[in-house]
Amino acid sequence: MSLDKATVAKVANLARIKVEEKDLEPMAAELNNILGWIEQLGEVDTETTMPMTSVADMKLRWRADEVTDGGYAEEVVANAPSSEDNFFAVPKVIE
Amino acid sequence: MSDLTKLTIAAARDGLAAGDFSSRELTAAHITAMEAAEPLNAFITKTPEKAVEAATDSDTRRGKGEAGKMDGIPIAIKDLYCTKDVLTTAASHILDGFTPKYESTVTANLWAEGAVMLGKANLDEFAMGSSNETSFYGNVANPWRREGDNRMLVPGGSSGGSASSVASFSAMGATGTDTGGSIRQPASFTGIVGMKPTYGRCSRWGVVAFASSLDQAGPMTRTVRDSAIMLEAMAGFDPKDSTSVDLTVPNFEAALTGDIRGMKIGIPNEYRLDGINPEINALWEKGIDWMKSAGAEIVDISLPHTKYALPAYYIIAPAEASSNLARYDGVKYGLRVEGEDLNDMYASTRAEGFGAEVKRRLLIGTYALSAGYYDAYYLKAQKVRTKISDDFKEAFKQVDAILTPTAPSAAFAYGEKGDDPLEMYLNDVFTVPASLAGLPGISVPAGLSEEGLPLGLQILAKPFDEETVFKAAGVLEEAAAFAATPADWWRG
Amino acid sequence: MGMIVQGATGDWEVVIGLEVHAQVTSNAKLFSGSATEYGAEPNSQVSFVDSAMPGMLPVINEKAVEQAVRTGLGLKAQINKYSVFDRKNYFYADLPQGYQISQYLQPVVGEGKITIDLADGESREIGITRLHLEQDAGKSLHDQHPNMTLVDLNRSGVALMEIVSEPDMRSPEEAAAYVKKLRSILRYLGTCDGNMEEGSMRADVNVSVRRPGDEFGTRCEMKNINSVRFMQQAIIYEANRQVDILEEGGSVDQETRLYDPVKGETRSMRSKEEAHDYRYFPDPDLLPLEFDDAFIDGIRVTLPELPDDKKARFVSELSLSPYDAGVLVAEKEVADYFEAVAEGRDAKLAANWVIGELFGNLNRTGKPLGESPVSAEGLGSLIDLIKDGTISNRIAKEVFEEMFDTGKNAADIVEEKGLKQVSDTGAIEAAIDEVIAANPDKVAEYKGGKDKLFGFFMGQVMKATQGKANPGVVTQILRPKLDD
Ligand SMILES: [Mg+2]
Ligand SMILES: [Zn+2]
Repeated sequence: MSLDKATVAKVANLARIKVEEKDLEPMAAELNNILGWIEQLGEVDTETTMPMTSVADMKLRWRADEVTDGGYAEEVVANAPSSEDNFFAVPKVIE
Repeated sequence: MSDLTKLTIAAARDGLAAGDFSSRELTAAHITAMEAAEPLNAFITKTPEKAVEAATDSDTRRGKGEAGKMDGIPIAIKDLYCTKDVLTTAASHILDGFTPKYESTVTANLWAEGAVMLGKANLDEFAMGSSNETSFYGNVANPWRREGDNRMLVPGGSSGGSASSVASFSAMGATGTDTGGSIRQPASFTGIVGMKPTYGRCSRWGVVAFASSLDQAGPMTRTVRDSAIMLEAMAGFDPKDSTSVDLTVPNFEAALTGDIRGMKIGIPNEYRLDGINPEINALWEKGIDWMKSAGAEIVDISLPHTKYALPAYYIIAPAEASSNLARYDGVKYGLRVEGEDLNDMYASTRAEGFGAEVKRRLLIGTYALSAGYYDAYYLKAQKVRTKISDDFKEAFKQVDAILTPTAPSAAFAYGEKGDDPLEMYLNDVFTVPASLAGLPGISVPAGLSEEGLPLGLQILAKPFDEETVFKAAGVLEEAAAFAATPADWWRG
Repeated sequence: MGMIVQGATGDWEVVIGLEVHAQVTSNAKLFSGSATEYGAEPNSQVSFVDSAMPGMLPVINEKAVEQAVRTGLGLKAQINKYSVFDRKNYFYADLPQGYQISQYLQPVVGEGKITIDLADGESREIGITRLHLEQDAGKSLHDQHPNMTLVDLNRSGVALMEIVSEPDMRSPEEAAAYVKKLRSILRYLGTCDGNMEEGSMRADVNVSVRRPGDEFGTRCEMKNINSVRFMQQAIIYEANRQVDILEEGGSVDQETRLYDPVKGETRSMRSKEEAHDYRYFPDPDLLPLEFDDAFIDGIRVTLPELPDDKKARFVSELSLSPYDAGVLVAEKEVADYFEAVAEGRDAKLAANWVIGELFGNLNRTGKPLGESPVSAEGLGSLIDLIKDGTISNRIAKEVFEEMFDTGKNAADIVEEKGLKQVSDTGAIEAAIDEVIAANPDKVAEYKGGKDKLFGFFMGQVMKATQGKANPGVVTQILRPKLDD
C-alpha cells in the first residue's frame, strides 16, 4: 500500500487539517516512509489471534442513574472562543 | 541552612515532621531554584504565588497534626494534567488560553495529601515525542551535558520538562505520563527515577488524552523511595474513569525491603539489539550481576514479538490520538482560526494549532482507521498487541520481574537525529512493549556513559505488582549507587 | 396493500426501511451524570464530559443498559450478553467530541420483530435488524443569530436506542403503522416516552423503488423526521422523485436528503454532501459491555403485558371485537384506564363507554386522557348505576357529560338532579294509565294489529316520567294493559 497525493489530501480532509497543495507530496513521502516500516507487522501470523480489547483484566463498571453533574452553563462556555447567552457560537451552518 | 533542594522527598518529609524547616522554607528554596533554572525552559507556567499559599496552608495543617503523605513537598505537574483555574496547554498552540474549571483526579489526590504545586512542566506537544522538541513553548534543556561539550541535550520525552525540573533540583518530584515510554525514557536521559504504574492504577480523568489505551500517570523523582511515596499519593480507584481498577493502593514504601533473595529476574533475549551502543549492553550486564549478587535468580526468557511492538504502537497510538484530538476544533476552548465556513474554520484552526509531529500522527491514525485500511492496520496492530501481551504472560509464568535497558542511547543533542521520524521513534524500543501490555515499569539511573551522561535500567513486573518493581528497583539503585549530579551551568 | 407508483413504463414498488432513534427514559445521560429533561436553559444540563473538555471520560449509566435490554425483550429480539461501544468519528458543530459513542459491529440487541396492524384489519410482521445504544448530539440553532449558528449541548450525551428495521415496508401506511406500533411498545415498556414533538423519537427513513419482484433499488435516506405525517409525505414525494429519475433513464444517487415539510419536498443536504468515512473503532475509554442471563431474566420478569398480547386477551377473555380491542390497547394509558373501568364489570359495556362517550368528550374538549375530568373509578361507578337500575343508559349519557364538565361524581349528579330511575310500579302504572287515556285512537290502532305502536307508548311513558322510568318495568306493565 502506498499513499499518493490525492489520498493524503483525502485523509487530511477527514482529519480536518488544512494542508497546502505544495506540502502534499512531501507529506505523502513522509507517511509512506512510516507506513512502509509498519508493513513488517504482516510478518506476524495473527490468523487465530483476537485483537486486544482491554488492557486491564476487568469488566465494565456501571454507574447509578442519578443526576450528579451539570448546572454550570457559564463554566461550560467559559473557555469558548465565541459564545452568545451561554450558547457556543460557530460560523453559520446552512443545511 | 544547607540546600533544601538537595533533599529527597523522604528526607524532606522527615525534616518537616521534625520541624527542622517549614514547607514555606522548602518551597521558597525550590521557587528560587526554579527561577534560576529558567534557561532549561522546564516550565510552561510557573505558579510561585500559589505554591507559597499552599506551603503556608501545609504548615498550618502540620501544626494541627493533620499532615498528609506528601504534605509541604513542592512538585512540578506535567502540563498535560488539567489544573483548576491554571492554564493547561498540553504544550500545544491549539489549547491557547485554556483554563480548566476542574482538577484532574491525580493532581487532586496529590493536593489532598498536601503536595505543593510549583508550576506546569513543559512536554512534547500532546505528549507526542521522545525529545521534548515538539512543544509549542520551546525546547526543554537536559541539565546534563556531555563532558567537554556545551551543546544542549534533549531531556527525552514526552515528560521532558518534568524530568528536567527534577534533575535540576527545581522540584522534588514531578508527575509525568507514559504512553510508550514518556516517563521512563526521559528519566533515563536525566539520571532520575521514572515509574509507569500498571494501566488502570492511576486515574486518567482530567489528564489530556493522547492514546487512551496506553496513557498512564506516574511519578518522576530522584530516588526509588521517593517514587514509592509519590505513587502512593497519586494512585487509587476513580469511579470517573471506566478503566481505573478498583484495588486498594498498597504501601509501596513498605515493599522496599532490600531483599530480593530468590526473586526470579528474566532477561529477554530479544532486547539484545544489533548495532546498539555497546555501553548500553555493558550496563545491562552490570545490572544483571548486581541482581545476581543480591540473591536473585537470573532466568533467560524470550519475548518473541518484541520487534513488532514499535510498529504496532505507531498504529495504535496515532489511531486513538486521531479520535481523541478531534475535540480540538476551535469551538469550545483554545485557538480558533476563522474560515469561510464551519469546515474551513476547523481545518484552518487545526492546521495552525497543531505542530508537525502531531499532524503527522493524526494523519497516520486517520488513515489507519479509514475505510479499507482498518483491518490491515488498526486491527492487525491490535492483534499483534495481543501477541506481545501474551509473550509477557508466558514470561511471567517463569519470572517475577524483567530487567532491561531503558533506552537504546544516552541523551542526544538537539538536531543530532536526522529528520527521519523513524529514528526518533526507535528511542522507545525498550519501553513500548510494556506499554502495550499495560505493565508496571520503572527506570532507575544505573551509570554514566563514556561521555558522562546518565543511563537507566528498566524493571518490569506483572500487572498490579508495583511492589515487586519497587523492591527490585530499590536493590538496583543501591547497587548502582548512582550519585552523579549535573553541573548547574544554567545558574550562569 | 403496497404502494405502487404507476409510471409511464410500468409499475414501481416502494421499499421502506426505518432507523428510529428513541430517547431512553432515564434521569441522567448515557455516559455522564447530567440531567436529561427537555427544554432546559442552554448548556445548563451539560457536564464537562458532555462538552468534551480535555481529559474527560465516559462512565456508563446502568439504566440505559437495562432499558435497552428491556426494549430488546419487548421486540422479541436476540439479546447480546457481550457488545462493544465504538467511536463514530466525524466533525460537526453539535458533536463536541468529534465522535459519537455508538455501537457498530456488535450491538447490544440483535434480530427481532414487530407486528403491525393495518387499516384493513390485516397484520404484517416487520423484521428488526438490531438495536444499539448511542449518544445523542447537541442542537444547532441556525436562525437565532444573523451570521452565527448557536450550539446547545443539553441533548449531547443523552442515551438513545437506535432501532433499525429490515426494508420490509411497502407503503407509507405500513411505515406509519410501524412507527405507531413501535412507539406503543416503547411506552408500554417505559423505555421511551415516544414524544415526537420534543424529539424523543425521530425516524431516519430509507426509501427505494423497484420493479415488483426485482432486486432492491438504490436508496436515499431522509434524516430526523419527527412526525408520522411528515414521514408519510416524505415517502410519497421521494418515491415519486425516484420513479421520475428512473423513468427518464437516470439513476438514483445514494445520498442523505432533507425533508422540508413546508415545501413538501426532499432535497440533498449540502453540508453532508461528501461521502462519510466514520472510521469506527472500539472506544478505548470503555470496555466491552457484558452481563449475564440472570441480569436479562431479572428484567424479563418485570416486563408488562405488551399490546399484542393484551389485544389477544381482550378478544378471547373479554369478548371484545378485534377492532375495539385494537383501539383500546394502542396506548398503554388507554388500556390501563379501560382495564380499571372493566375490572369486575361488563367489559363490553365498559369498552363502549370508553370508546364512545369518553373518547367523544375528550375529542370535544381537546383534552388528553391524562387530563380527563372523569377518572376510571368515576366512569366505573356510573356504569354501576346503570347496571343496578338506578339510571337508564340514556340518562347515564347526560350524567357523563355533567361529570366531564364539572368533575362531580355520578351518584351526586343523579341525586342532585333527581335522575334516579323510577321502578315504583304504582307511579309507573299511573303514568301508563294517563298515556292510555290520552290516546284512545292509538290504542285502537294497536289493538287492530299495528304492533309497532308499542314503541310510541313506551316513548310517551318515558316522556311523562322525564326519562326516569325503568324501561323494563314499563314494558312489564304496559304490555298486558294494551293487550287486554
Ligand atoms: Mg443511522
Ligand atoms: Zn444513530
